Amino acid sequence: MSVDPKLKARLGVVLIGVALAVLPFVVGASFGNSWVRIIDFALLYIMLALGLNIVVGFAGLLDLGYIAFYAVGAYLYALLSSPHLAIAFPQVFAAAPGWPVWAVLPLGALVAGLFGVLLGAPTLKLRGDYLAIVTLGFGEIIRIFLNNLNAPANITNGPQGINNIAAAQIGGHALNRPLELFGVMVPGVHLQYYFFLALTLLVIFVCLRLQDSRLGRAWVAIREDEVAARACGINTRNVKLLAFGLGATFGGVAGGLFAGFQGFVSPESFGLLESIMVLCMVVLGGMGNIAGVILGAVLLALLPEALRWGAVPLQQTLFGKVLIDPESLRLLLFGIALVVVMRWRPAGLWPSALRKRELAAHGEAA
Amino acid sequence: MSTPLLEASGISKRFGGVQALRDVSLAIRAGEVYGLIGPNGAGKTSFFNVLTGLYSADQGEVRFNGQPLPLGVPHRIAGVGIARTFQNIRLFGAMSALENVMVGRHIRLRTGVLGAILRTPAARREEADTEARAHALLRYVGIDRLANQQATHLSYGDQRRLEIARALATEPKLLALDEPAAGMNATETAGLRALIEKLRGDGLTVLLIEHDVKLVMGLCDRVAVLDYGEKIAEDVPDVVRRDPRVIAAYLGTEAVDA
Repeated sequence: MSVDPKLKARLGVVLIGVALAVLPFVVGASFGNSWVRIIDFALLYIMLALGLNIVVGFAGLLDLGYIAFYAVGAYLYALLSSPHLAIAFPQVFAAAPGWPVWAVLPLGALVAGLFGVLLGAPTLKLRGDYLAIVTLGFGEIIRIFLNNLNAPANITNGPQGINNIAAAQIGGHALNRPLELFGVMVPGVHLQYYFFLALTLLVIFVCLRLQDSRLGRAWVAIREDEVAARACGINTRNVKLLAFGLGATFGGVAGGLFAGFQGFVSPESFGLLESIMVLCMVVLGGMGNIAGVILGAVLLALLPEALRWGAVPLQQTLFGKVLIDPESLRLLLFGIALVVVMRWRPAGLWPSALRKRELAAHGEAA
Repeated sequence: MSTPLLEASGISKRFGGVQALRDVSLAIRAGEVYGLIGPNGAGKTSFFNVLTGLYSADQGEVRFNGQPLPLGVPHRIAGVGIARTFQNIRLFGAMSALENVMVGRHIRLRTGVLGAILRTPAARREEADTEARAHALLRYVGIDRLANQQATHLSYGDQRRLEIARALATEPKLLALDEPAAGMNATETAGLRALIEKLRGDGLTVLLIEHDVKLVMGLCDRVAVLDYGEKIAEDVPDVVRRDPRVIAAYLGTEAVDA
């Protein structure tokens, strides 16, 4: 029996849609709502990884400070949706700013995008290792600023971070409170899930469209051969800045969502290790391939939690006691996973078709 | 005589202690195939890189179509109509042959971020048109059957052709080829020669750097010879061939004295 491929594709989309729609309920019922929360975080990581993929995967610019844009988005949201500014500067702000989410998120995206361009501008002539070091420094500068901008004027509240951040409100309903819909109580984490899912799908859509356009081609051309790209009439300066800016934009949105979700931000969440984590998602999943990057983000976001969940009971059944703390086990296994993947699947778990061919070609040449 | 398409005057370029180009002036007329030859290290590629914007010149200026050329800004030079290929082929290896040519259209396209994301009717039209033109160019250079092959998997000669197709995609008035026959066998060279003849037939102006003296002498309308960064001759091939300075540059002074 033959099925029309178009129909098959549509059926696939519907099935995936249904699965994504019921996912929080199934997971919540079988593993508890803390797992829905973990999935929410996985969605944030997907957005981050896709943003970084534009810079690293498409344009081939190694960025080790990407988490800075996440921080910018998070802090912007925190400042505009918490009483912190009103407390720190009572003479300027009579009340907490309390901006609505539909205004804060785009603003966060814009500001993060500007920071992206700001970082991109001085690094235009750098490549590879040199670029990595400069971006690493940039990420640290942002984190250290956040850590120290509590004096002379208390803007970021320093290492204590900002708390009491209002959750995103949609249609007058705060997403951290349960909502009764058609007689069913939908918990807050589920609502956040749907909100994050919608934005993640938007990010995926934007990435797919960009990849398949004049700009996507220009990014890959720069990655492949910058001199030839310039000779082909590509204004490499602008196109690179665009990659930095757009990639940062996604980070800014994810950061805003993070702040509203947690209700609390502090510089600790935006360290170098987080940048590296997102980079690992991109590399491990398959640089330049959107589906691969999503896979990498989901795996690396869920893996540590699965370990935390499984390592203690497993050790207790095997040895009768807990020999290795799950937290240190997590980093160990994470490291092993990276080594294994890079050894046997250097192009990532799900490489883009072209990247795979490229590596194969290098292998033949060697 | 009409004004030349390209007129370089007094181009000098120094790299540290090496004077790569010394006061080089030459003029290329519209519609001709202009050859640039010289022994290794004579400054041919340096001149090329100045002309196409990869290097800026220390002195001198280039006028193209009567306008001063924005030296040092490659994408703008591509915009005004000079396209080039590279001595050591520089394709976008991971992309297909078709995509390589589509990248060449970049500067003639207008779609921006919003147009690409929303896929507006204009963007969609432009994309379809780009693909059609890319296929047409691949057909023109004779490798359309390889459109979906990855660039690095093409044979050497086909990679050269692909590079020419990509250069043509920028809609140049002047096509600059940097040693296109290097490393080619006799059959491939003959095919290349036919392709350049076809380009000339279609009214394109070609600047050709080449080591294959036979190819240059047989193909070019006029030839300039560089030696140690200086132009030592410029004329039709038959005159250049007999120029004692050219013979000396290639074979040494004893050959002339003998």
